[in-house]
Amino acid sequence: MTDISKLHRELVTRVLDSDATAPPQLRRAAFDGAGPDGPIAVLIDKVAHHADSVTDDDVTAVRAAGLSEDQIFEIMVCAAVGAADRQYTAALAALAAATGSLE
Amino acid sequence: MRLHVLDRGHSLGTKALLGVIRVVSGHPVVDAVKLALYRRDFYGAGDLTHEAMRGPSEWSVGDRELMAAFVAQSVKSPFCVAAHSATSSLWYHDSAKVTATLADLDTAPIEEPLRATLHLLGKLTSEHAIDTEDMRGVLAAGVSPTQIEDALAVGLAFGITARLANAFDFDLASPAAMTAGAKHLLRRGYR
Repeated sequence: MTDISKLHRELVTRVLDSDATAPPQLRRAAFDGAGPDGPIAVLIDKVAHHADSVTDDDVTAVRAAGLSEDQIFEIMVCAAVGAADRQYTAALAALAAATGSLE
Repeated sequence: MRLHVLDRGHSLGTKALLGVIRVVSGHPVVDAVKLALYRRDFYGAGDLTHEAMRGPSEWSVGDRELMAAFVAQSVKSPFCVAAHSATSSLWYHDSAKVTATLADLDTAPIEEPLRATLHLLGKLTSEHAIDTEDMRGVLAAGVSPTQIEDALAVGLAFGITARLANAFDFDLASPAAMTAGAKHLLRRGYR
């Protein structure tokens, strides 16, 4: 079978803990699908739950709130990685429960 | 591309590499490559995606590319649907099978374990949740736990990629560029 466990951990560590431009607390909030009220929270929620609805105006509003392009890049990546990570982790837990119950 | 840094913010060395890719492929560099090569020390998910898509698995490469296209369809990412439909079609030598699967999973000409697995990935991606009963159903369809884990790895990789393709507004490349990209993905993978 494939083994992404180490690569998965490393990706999460990089986006949350590496020396990047957005504050770690903001990256963590984006990863968790939350964020300060206002345009940043709107963008994070859209990336996590309905990324096809993100618009240029959403990004423009976050720029106007004071974030640089690289900071916006980082929080969008964190929001996407966090959302997919939650689904993956929950699915693995469901699989463990299902296989445990079959034994 | 929605962020200028993803179009023009690469390091000088990466800009040179993008130029080489453009010349060798004969096509504009697709946005997925621009993202993959931007600040790899921060995002850099190529190795994870490569392991999920090309690592040892009971699923074929074509099956996993079809899973990627299916996840992308659930996330509503036209770029990723096109890219991974093309790659899966090339691997299977059967574009009708891929088209039919994306059009109607229940009637598509695929094996039941793959159908059950795609249903699982679709529900996980679009409804953000699956439960123990969902897993029991997939296991009952003849899918092994390791096959489910491998499929979930594809779901993770493309749950991220398809979201970012939409969030960053990837341009839909021409069919010729998509085919060239699909050939590259089958030859070299995602690293």
